[in-house]
Amino acid sequence: MSWLTSYVKPKLERAFSQKETPDNLWHKCQGCGELIYMKDYLAALRVCGNCNHHGRMGPKERFDALFDGSTYETLECPKVVEDPLKFRDQKRYTDRLRDARSKTGDADAGHVAVGRLGGIETVAFVENFFFMGGSMGLAVGEAFVAAADAAIARRAPLVAFVAAGGARMQEGILSLMQLPRTTVAVERMKDAGLPYIVVLTDPTTGGVTASFAMLGDVHLAEPGALIGFAGPRVIKETIRETLPDGFQRAEYLKDHGMVDKVVARGEMRATLSRLIALMTHDGAAQADLARTRAAEAETAAAAGPADETPAAEDEPRKARKAKAEKPRKTERADKTERSDRADKTDRADQAGQGDRPAAQKAGAARPAEAEPGRSDGAGDRDDPPISRAAE
Amino acid sequence: MSILDFEKPIAALENKIRELREIAGGANEVDLDEEIGRLEAKHERLLVETYSKLSPWQKTMVARHPGRPHFSDIAATLFTEFEPLAGDRRYGEDLAIQGGPARFDGRPVMIMGHEKGKDTDSRVKHNFGMARPEGYRKAVRLMEMAERFDMPVLTFVDTSGAYPGIGAEERGQAEAIARATEACLNLHVPMIATIVGEGGSGGAMALAAANTVMMYEHAIYSVISPEGCASILWRTGEKAQDAASALKITAQDLEKLKVIDAIVPEPVGGAHRDPDTALDTLGERLRASLGQLSEQPRDALRPARWDKFLAMGRLDQQ
Repeated sequence: MSWLTSYVKPKLERAFSQKETPDNLWHKCQGCGELIYMKDYLAALRVCGNCNHHGRMGPKERFDALFDGSTYETLECPKVVEDPLKFRDQKRYTDRLRDARSKTGDADAGHVAVGRLGGIETVAFVENFFFMGGSMGLAVGEAFVAAADAAIARRAPLVAFVAAGGARMQEGILSLMQLPRTTVAVERMKDAGLPYIVVLTDPTTGGVTASFAMLGDVHLAEPGALIGFAGPRVIKETIRETLPDGFQRAEYLKDHGMVDKVVARGEMRATLSRLIALMTHDGAAQADLARTRAAEAETAAAAGPADETPAAEDEPRKARKAKAEKPRKTERADKTERSDRADKTDRADQAGQGDRPAAQKAGAARPAEAEPGRSDGAGDRDDPPISRAAE
Repeated sequence: MSILDFEKPIAALENKIRELREIAGGANEVDLDEEIGRLEAKHERLLVETYSKLSPWQKTMVARHPGRPHFSDIAATLFTEFEPLAGDRRYGEDLAIQGGPARFDGRPVMIMGHEKGKDTDSRVKHNFGMARPEGYRKAVRLMEMAERFDMPVLTFVDTSGAYPGIGAEERGQAEAIARATEACLNLHVPMIATIVGEGGSGGAMALAAANTVMMYEHAIYSVISPEGCASILWRTGEKAQDAASALKITAQDLEKLKVIDAIVPEPVGGAHRDPDTALDTLGERLRASLGQLSEQPRDALRPARWDKFLAMGRLDQQ
């Protein structure tokens, strides 16, 4: 490596880049401009000790801060059609996706994890604002649906941390269709009698607010978060008036009855865990499920070798049982078979109600190891919300 | 009738034909029948040709044409005994969304839709079809009523979007839209939505999560207006034509994407040229679709609606 590339180039790059934290040692608060020692800032979950400004947070930090002992399992989100419209503006959508992927190390903005919260198994969904402004397209919608499915399969509550500039315009009408799709997922949670809590973080605007983000049993919000349907700029241009102070901020939404509580990040985990314990009767449904599964496993064991013989006519039942016994390590070959089963169970579910949890279980997202090369905590990159929908 | 830019050659021919007729109708000796016939044939050809290959941007113009059938026309023509109901019982009445019980072929149904208004006064009165939370909450109220009294729900979408204003935000525009979508999805009665003109974003979606979604041939349905998309992604509203193409907003594109179920044909030259024919066709299609849905067991419609939306855009659906 020459002196030119090893010394001059980085210096030049640094001089021309507009990073807030030149060397990652210090963070400049976007609320008050105070310089905070990066370590302290991260320890405070990106909250400024001086002005209480809540900085934006990536999914890994969210999960770490949420679950008991920072222990959780991330679930792989279902694959979706890439660039369904072959969309191109000044840039190709595929190029924008590639850039966002190389920057975040993630496939898209939606993340799902399972862990315990106050001892109760809980599914969390996080939208990553650093990935194309957290905008909702097929991938985010599908991740949310998978999160709800995973919650139903485990009789677990679902917590959604929302952050989005709006719909993923580059997916056109299919991004709009995520409104009804995610709403269906919420309705399934309701049918299953499981709590669904929304945490609104900065910023949450557009299509996301007009669907799953406003349909929670409880709505919490982080202090100062921008939350609204139409963006402030659009409103200003339409009515040609100045907007009131604090308009569309978390506190304003609380005053107007759309948010139950504004919760500081440091209190979020405790608040959520208290609510979940209350709403689930301390995880009673999960305990029931565990008992049922244990009983089922026992019967299966008692039935012994009979269960080994292939019984093609009873596929859905079998699928359910196979899941009920603690998962035999899933092989590749199992994948297609499993989706086939899921189909069948879904159909069975349509015919006769009441089988829903089983069907959901079969269709649930599969666990996977955390993807390598993730760098969510790398810095407070403030991306322009390039994919914000005006409405 | 207001004339769209790309319709100007057609309008010029129409004027010429009218002039010749006036001359021929006068005391002149000249026989102009042949000339008129020739021009009429040319006019017809031009109309068919123009309308068979409208660009997405031209369709946007047609979809917004003030002469297209409006909710009030639909209610008056295809239904009898329409009884418009008012208010969300919480805050107020929003005239941007109208609705109430009516009869369709004698059968009680619940109808609702956006009303843009026809002239300056009525446009202001109906807020150009841009609803506030009260409009969506009234829609929810009517849907719940339809559910209780076993009335199929027929909606007609024609809006550039929900109203972006301070009051609308204060009163929970996003929540109101989400609840309306939820109400659509939870109905056990048949639901049919028709995109009549403009289907603008969440404000349209709120009334369109139906078992059957139909769209007029030259209507548009989009997550954002071409102008809005252009101003964000191209950083200039002047690229709206490019945005209109990129967004895939036409009925033909949306049918291919399986987002809508059927296209309702319009008369040659668009619904604004012959609203009566356009309404007749819509009536036939509604009748057929409602007949089909009514044959399905009542318990099947809600799960079918859920499955339909869940399947949309999924890999295995391609």
